[in-house]
Amino acid sequence: MSKHFFGDTAVLLGRSLRHITRSPDTIITTAIMPIAMMLMFVYVFGGAIRTGSDSYVNYMLPGILLITVASGIAYTAYRLFMDMKGGIFERFQSMPTARSSVLWAHVLTSLVANLISLVVVTLVALLMGFRSSAGVPAWLSVAGILILFTLALTWIAVIPGLSAKTMEGASAFSYPLIFLPFLSSAFVPTDTMPGPVRVFAENQPVTSIVNAIRALFTGQPVGTDIWIALAWCVGILIVAYGFAMTTYRRKIS
Amino acid sequence: MTTQQAAAIQVQGLEKAYKELRVLRGVDFTVARGSIFALLGSNGAGKTTAVKILSTLLKADAGTARVNGFDVATQAADVRESISLTGQFAAVDEILSGRENLVLVARLRHLKSPGEIADGLLARFSLTDAGARKVSTYSGGMRRRLDIAMSLIGNPPVIFLDEPTTGLDPQARIEVWQAVKELADRGTTVLLTTQYLDEAEQLADRIAILHEGRIIVNGTLAELKQLLPPAKVEYVEKQPTLEDVFLTLVGTKA
Repeated sequence: MSKHFFGDTAVLLGRSLRHITRSPDTIITTAIMPIAMMLMFVYVFGGAIRTGSDSYVNYMLPGILLITVASGIAYTAYRLFMDMKGGIFERFQSMPTARSSVLWAHVLTSLVANLISLVVVTLVALLMGFRSSAGVPAWLSVAGILILFTLALTWIAVIPGLSAKTMEGASAFSYPLIFLPFLSSAFVPTDTMPGPVRVFAENQPVTSIVNAIRALFTGQPVGTDIWIALAWCVGILIVAYGFAMTTYRRKIS
Repeated sequence: MTTQQAAAIQVQGLEKAYKELRVLRGVDFTVARGSIFALLGSNGAGKTTAVKILSTLLKADAGTARVNGFDVATQAADVRESISLTGQFAAVDEILSGRENLVLVARLRHLKSPGEIADGLLARFSLTDAGARKVSTYSGGMRRRLDIAMSLIGNPPVIFLDEPTTGLDPQARIEVWQAVKELADRGTTVLLTTQYLDEAEQLADRIAILHEGRIIVNGTLAELKQLLPPAKVEYVEKQPTLEDVFLTLVGTKA
């Protein structure tokens, strides 16, 4: 690791955060879609959905938070793609700057932007009647899971950001990620789903993450869900990081 | 250091292929310190590939290249301390202001007082008034000037300009030419690639023509002109232009 790694990453992080403050629409659009879904699910479908929970907004907020992250990371791919296309990526790579700082700055920017969006969505949920009995440790655990989840998905976003040929290609990868919560326990209990769908829903990462966050919010015991959720997040993070770095090395060889 | 007397750039037997496509097939050339060297060639001749290898963005398949005395493959970090690359498209941050772009590069080069450096360069490139504006509001020529100003931060001894005037209007081209000449006057070595023959004619001390992955000729403008038969007296005496030399050597009719 270069001796300038942390300093260079901080300088480049400052650069992309400035991008966000100058076009705050990226945070607003990231938050608007999940908020719209939340409104629709709570006030349109919610009355007809039997979850066994006293409040539907309490039930579905964890899933909405994951959708927020899934749509937010598309901007990481977009910003990285713009850097590649505009040539500023090559400029940074030809300078005596720690080379991996360029990627890390984008990843940390994604983390900051997504956390802001998550706070906005949670505040709207509070207005809509979301209530939690969770104490500080439980909230911190939720934050930790969401940070890990964001990092994992962000490293996935780095791959198309580096390798896409068009802007549409750079952001299209996020659609399946946004869709995944619908095939999970995020909006309805999995018991009513037909066999194969149910098997998929119960064994895909979103369900365990949603169940863990929901248990933390409601003060229930988290059971094994939290470990499965953490294993998924860390597993995805490691694999995505590996693929992203391979893509990156191929770019600069 | 032993590099003081050595050439600024030494390239020997450089080869690079993208899968089946052999872009460079054994390129050799040397650039003297403080000179302007033009690498001339059509689109796809391999100019950008050569520049990318010299600026450590790509690895060569074979051959060696030394920049400022450092090997691009084994001493990449030293090479990056010695160079600046101005790529084919103005590599500036559109969302930041001109001054912020300069400060950013100065910080990434770990220099002291980045603000002063930025203000100095804004003045030198007549961008002081535009310094606080977002780069997305700049004209093509202003963008290129900022781009070149960013390349000068830290006074690297070697500067690569990859097609610095492609897409610029004539006025902006002249501004860029002026900037490049000033660079060389201050002792910076400049390697520029171009497909514009008049640009090479205007700026370069030496010109090399890269064609189908090889340097097919390398010399001063006067030397290149001598490659053709001397001018014949017909109705008017007409010296061959560099364009004639280029097209004859490359063997294509325009």
